[in-house]
Formats: sequence, C-alpha cells, structure tokens
Amino acid sequence: MSKNWRWDHDLIFKLVEPGASVLDLGCGDGDLLARLVEKKQVCGQAVEADPAAAVEAIKKGVAVYQKDLDLGLPEFNSKSFDYVVLEKTLQELYHPVTALEEMLRIGKSCIVSFPNFFFKGVVGKLLQTKRMPVTAALPYQWHETPNIRVLTLPDFLDWAAAGQVEVIDGYAYEGTNYRPLDLPADYENAEELLFVLKRD
Amino acid sequence: MTDPLNACKERKQSFDLPDSPHSVGWTRPQRVVLADDSNPLPLDCGKSLAPVTVEYETYGTLAPAGDNAVFILHALSGDAHAAGWDADWEKDARPWRKDRPGWWDNMIGPGKAFDTNRYFVICANLLGSCYGTTGPWETNPKTGKPYALDFPVVTVEDWVRLNVRLQDYLGIKRLLAVAGGSLGGQQALAWVINHPGRVRSALIFAASARIGAQGLAFNAVGRQAILNDPYFRSGNYYGFSHPSGGLELARKLGHITYLSYQSMEGKFGRNFQNGVRPCYCLDKEFAVESYLEHQGRSFVRRFDANSYLYLTRAMDYYDAAAPGGGDLKAACAGVEAGLLLIAYSSDWLYPPEATREVAKAMLANNKTVSFIEIPSDYGHDAFLLETERTAPLANNFLHKV
Repeated sequence: MSKNWRWDHDLIFKLVEPGASVLDLGCGDGDLLARLVEKKQVCGQAVEADPAAAVEAIKKGVAVYQKDLDLGLPEFNSKSFDYVVLEKTLQELYHPVTALEEMLRIGKSCIVSFPNFFFKGVVGKLLQTKRMPVTAALPYQWHETPNIRVLTLPDFLDWAAAGQVEVIDGYAYEGTNYRPLDLPADYENAEELLFVLKRD
Repeated sequence: MTDPLNACKERKQSFDLPDSPHSVGWTRPQRVVLADDSNPLPLDCGKSLAPVTVEYETYGTLAPAGDNAVFILHALSGDAHAAGWDADWEKDARPWRKDRPGWWDNMIGPGKAFDTNRYFVICANLLGSCYGTTGPWETNPKTGKPYALDFPVVTVEDWVRLNVRLQDYLGIKRLLAVAGGSLGGQQALAWVINHPGRVRSALIFAASARIGAQGLAFNAVGRQAILNDPYFRSGNYYGFSHPSGGLELARKLGHITYLSYQSMEGKFGRNFQNGVRPCYCLDKEFAVESYLEHQGRSFVRRFDANSYLYLTRAMDYYDAAAPGGGDLKAACAGVEAGLLLIAYSSDWLYPPEATREVAKAMLANNKTVSFIEIPSDYGHDAFLLETERTAPLANNFLHKV
C-alpha cells in the first residue's frame, strides 16, 4: 500500500461503472478523477476552489471548473451526471447541506465521505486530554482546522431521514481498511465514513 | 524608480536568443493570397473582399497525419511573428523586431507551452491589421490608391473564416488546438463555435464572450482620438504625415486598460520622473506619465491608425452569443472542442466573471470544461506576463487533448 493510498479513492474507483459520467466536487489535485478517466473511461468534470490545486488537476487531463462550492452549483443541470462525488470536503464547507442538496439534484447517484467525530479515537482523546483531538482523520489544531462543520454518523443519518434521501450503501474505515457499515457498532468504531445516496 | 527604457533592456536579457535551445531561432514571414476575384472572401458586413493576402509564420513540423497543428491567434496590436527572431526585419523595414523576439516567445518554442518539438505552430496576421495581411494601408486595385476608410468593416468571424482558408491551404483538416489571449482568445472562441469540426481544443486566455460597455467606451474614445487628429484627413493620410498624436493617445488609453491598480502601484506608484520633489510644472512629472509616453511613441512607429480603427471595431462587434440568437448556451450547443479558459484576477477589461460565463454555457450544454482564475496583479496583460503557472498548464493540457 503506497503512502498516498486513500481508502475512499479505492472504494469510489470500485463503485463507479466504466463509462459513467462523474462530477467530482472539491477534486483537489485531481488524482481520483484522472484515474477514473484513464482506467474506467469515465466522462469526468471536477469543481475545485483552490486555483493551485485546479492547475495540478488540469495538468492531469481533468476538466476543472474553478468555483467555491459554498456558492452553489446552479450552472449544472439536474440529473446530468451518473455520479457526483464529494470526498472528505463536506466538513470544510460553510453550507454543507446546500452542497448535499445540489449533489442530489445534479447526480443520479451521490458518493460522500467524511470523518466521524464520534469515532472512539476522537471522543477518547477529547475526554482524556480535554482538548480538541488531533487524529489521522482530523490532523489539525482547533485554531487552524479547515473542518468547521464536524459531524457524527447519527447526525448524517438524521439529515438523510429528514430529507427523503435514499441511502443506498454505507462503508466504514477502521484501522487500516474499509468494510460495509455495521450499525450500531460503527457509531464509534468508524473513523471515516462513505455513503452512496440518491433522491429521485 | 527604474527607467522604463532600461527596464526593457533588462527584459531583453531574459529573452531566449536565437541560438538558445528554447528558441525557434530565426524566422521568416510567409505570404499567401487566399482570396482573389474568382474566390473573394465573404464578409459579415455583406460585402466581399479580393484580393486578400495573408502574412503568416510557422514553427515546428507538421506531422504526416496532420494532427499536431496549433493555431495561435494574436490580439489587437500583435502580428504573425509570435516567436523567434525575424531574419527579415531589415528587408521588411520592421526595426522594432530587431531587439526582441515574437510577442508570445515565452510560450512558443522547443520545450515551452506550445512545444515546437511536438507541434506545428501557425500564427497569421489579422485582416485589417498592418503587418503583411491585407488592410486599409494596402492599395485598392479598383482605385489604385490605399483603401483607407473604403476598407470594409471586418469582424472576428471574418478573421476566423480567412484563417480556415489558411488551414485548408496548409492541408490541415482538424487543428489540435487554437489558442490566444484577449482578442486572440475571442477568435479561438469564434473558431470552436462557428467551425466546430475544424478544431479539437481551444486555450483561451483573458477573454470572454464579448466586451462590456466599459470596453466599448474605451475603444470609442481611442478611435475618437484618431478621428480628431488634424492629420487624419478622413483616413487618407498615406503619403503625408500620419495622425500620430491621435494614435499615440489611443494607445495610451488602451494601455491603461491592460494594467491594473496593483500593477501600476507596484511599477510606478506616485514616483516622480526626475528627483523626489515636484517641479510645479505641467510637464511630464510622474513616472507613469513618462511610461505611457514611451508606450504611445513606440506604438505609433509600428502601427497604422486606420488599422487601429478597424481592429477595435471588430473587437466591439464580437459577441459569441450571436450565433445562438443572443443566447450563449445555444451558441455553444455545437461546440466539439475541449476548452481551457484562463482568467486573471485583476483583469478588468475581460474580468474573470465574464470568462466564467463561457464555462457556464458549456456546462449548461452538459459539456465538460476547464475554467481557472489565476491570482495575478498584472491586469489584462497577465496573459503575456504570467506564464510561470500557465505555461506548464497549457503544455499539459495539450498533451491530453
């Protein structure tokens, strides 16, 4: 396993069918989408707010539309992509629900991943040190963290239930690998989570 | 305060000289007649024009399959000499080319963004301009005198129509890419909209679907400066003194729109041209005044006032939405090329939000598109200066076309 191995990239790569159309929101340097375009012949479009990251992604052959996700995505048509992907970005958005609603509108399926704040490693550290925990999934001090909207697994499921969001699949990352979600144990066992969602 | 002339000389040091492995070396302009009486060039204004000569340059080698051609499109004051050093500058009486390479030399050459080891790069002078392609300075065969203001009003779409003739003449079915900044970017846009089957991708720098009222206003005042020059003589100044004062003023005005608040503060601030104290006179007192003077004066030595009128008018008229009946989304519906749109944060002539409208029109058609706003203090001129980030970007984008 390479140092840069990302479980959510690996899983998304497996989930997306060859030839599908994929909108990657907050694509960063474009590694995932470039791989999907190259290996699975997907028709890919990315959105990224940071110009330096967008430049890197375009260099990899990814089509990147530079925009801050908090501004919404009205320029994208409804149900115009097979998949809309948001990896570990939800917790950094000022308007995370706006982004999720836009994903559900634009995508036939949506894939979202985020760190679980009720993970026992986080809660344990919080209780033990009385300070905001710094972990592998949340590697920042309180004053520098981009993670301004941290949430737990039940928080997410509550939102999905209230908004008529169909949860197709759920996965948990624990230790060094991922597996299908196991409730209720994963409320605290999952360090990070990934969901496949849709709304018809 | 650096003297602007010295600054130019310092810049010369950073040019790739003809023997540099990154320069295309010595270049020679080529000319070809692409319209004659049997095959005149139809124009948007309803007239047609013949004969039409086009001056162009090429760098690199066309692949046997003809699939590696990149057409570079120049802006208002540009020419076909996009890269390298003009071997014919003396013969063609173009002394301004003696000390500097082509206008986009930092982007075109071996190993550069438009890598001439891989691509066959073409650049042609625009119809109505004054660098070898037919324009108002040329003799009208019907009268035996220069066209002057009898020259027809030409449009961006006319330019592209003519360039497609050059594409055919060079035997290139489908271009790998068209690329340009400012007015050149608008030609690239017109190419992918009006001739979708002829080009696979477009790299568009500091350009949008149309200039706004602000741009129209600046162009109008610039033209007014020329028209009001007593030496203008209704455009029939060839053989007499040229309306240099008017053209100089138009250029100064235009040049301000290519800069930004930040770049002008950084370059000149409120520096005095001579010393640190005011001389309490109305002469050129501030460094920025003397810089504009230099820009204006060097421009009139190399540009034709009538050409300035025609080219700014073409810029005014261009509206990418026109083929869609005023709807940019409809206009972009048939675009087949992959677009890379690069805007610059401090550009107020073609502001990033205006460039974004083109990207939005592509997305509205369920087409993929790349749009990026590069943080830069250089204003509109950034497309010529801010190449550290955009050169590798353009290079990699082309690789993936």
